[in-house]
Amino acid sequence: MNELLEATTTRTNPGIDPSLHIWGWEIVVYLFLGGLVAGIFVLAAALELKSGEKPRGAALRLMPFAALALISLGMGALWLDLAHRLWAWRFYLFFHATSPMSWGAWILVLIYPVGLLLGLGSLNDGQRAWLRGKTPGALKRLLETLFGWADGARRGILVTSVAMGVALGIYTGLLLGTMPSRILWNSAVLGPLFLASGISTGAALLLLLPLEERERKTLVSWDAVAIVAELVLIALMLLGFATSGEVGQWAVSQFLGGPYTAVFFSCVVVLGLLVPLAMEIIEAKRHLPFAAILPVLILAGGLALRWILLTAGQHSAFRFLP
Amino acid sequence: MSATKSAAKRYAMTVDTRQCVGCKACVLACKAENAVPDGFCRQWIVEEVRGEFPKLSAEIRSERCNHCTDAPCVKNCPTGASHVNEGGVVLVTHHKCSGCKACIAACPYDARFVHPEGYVDKCTFCLHRVQKGLSPACVGVCPTGTLTFGDASDPESAVSTMLRERRSKVNHPESGAGPNVHFLV
Repeated sequence: MNELLEATTTRTNPGIDPSLHIWGWEIVVYLFLGGLVAGIFVLAAALELKSGEKPRGAALRLMPFAALALISLGMGALWLDLAHRLWAWRFYLFFHATSPMSWGAWILVLIYPVGLLLGLGSLNDGQRAWLRGKTPGALKRLLETLFGWADGARRGILVTSVAMGVALGIYTGLLLGTMPSRILWNSAVLGPLFLASGISTGAALLLLLPLEERERKTLVSWDAVAIVAELVLIALMLLGFATSGEVGQWAVSQFLGGPYTAVFFSCVVVLGLLVPLAMEIIEAKRHLPFAAILPVLILAGGLALRWILLTAGQHSAFRFLP
Repeated sequence: MSATKSAAKRYAMTVDTRQCVGCKACVLACKAENAVPDGFCRQWIVEEVRGEFPKLSAEIRSERCNHCTDAPCVKNCPTGASHVNEGGVVLVTHHKCSGCKACIAACPYDARFVHPEGYVDKCTFCLHRVQKGLSPACVGVCPTGTLTFGDASDPESAVSTMLRERRSKVNHPESGAGPNVHFLV
């Protein structure tokens, strides 16, 4: 027998040892808000594409602008995480096709004009009149041009909004999933999983707003599909690890019997997915009144999913394999 | 030297685990040569004990960035700060680094760290010395001849000879990164 008894190292680099902890709450907040905004983009545009008419509720009409505020908040968290904050502009002097972070930096820039046009096109006459009144004279012409684009190419903007939402949602997962050095992130499932979670949390946020009954029912049914997709993707992720040799089996053991088992299954799978899904099904079958706890659970579950995966992944280096 | 030969150069290092006594001279030489700040290191010593008492064996390794052939840090860098330089040496251009830490997360060896000035730092194989015909500081100071540095694409180099004549291994080959620091066993 030549089993490893003890390993010692003289390295004590901050952020690296005893195990990686370079990314903290800032990245969790960013990943969560990024997914949330991705979901809002997809759902707001898809609702209009499905019904063929602009949203009736005031809250839903303003959601694209709220989404831009939320993604700005997320980018603020991302900026706080940078070790060299004054050099953030370096992201925009370069595009690196193999770097998901580079893709993300450019997606985040493109989100703004698309969101602006999506939002402007959603406004009703009263809201447009208010906005025209508040716009300085020099910018009035630009505003009218934007209104013209927002209305004239409405279908194209809606389809682009769905595409941008999907790109943003998938990228937040791929950002982690393309790092082969972190065993628990090393799964292509993370991209679609974060997208499904983003759509679900986006739906949850919209469900907290005053909506028309028809819009609410559509969102609840879409959210149920997103939750089922999340459950399937989580199962596929664990199955993928379990069937991929020694390294993958170590990874799956972290969630099935290991240190993240209780927190992952209680906060994410049960409270964040299974309970809301059951509530949605029961509410629909028995025509029960909507319970606000449902979207709150989904939002908390989405936050927990990112927090746990970010933390667990950083602790899963090759050097910790038995 | 022709441009073609220069482009094909592949710097590598061997660490003789049968010679290393873990004196840390390499660690200190690196810190002094590269002004590595207090509390940080670009290279370090790992000591592993294996077996069952009383039949034990110890392996001491001087470790650093592996200057991988298919470096995940370079692939994941969004600003182009992490790049492959002469002889396959992986470097970080300090003034291009925003400190996003994607390269740190991508590194299979945890060989990188955030310098207190905000950029990511790591071993450079002392390329500034190598370009002057000198050996890396760690190699030059090693009292037991544990470390050998050279061009692995040149079959006559000392490092190629070592790799040809001795059994060797690399750390975490499962990462698929193609490390260029080889441990002689």
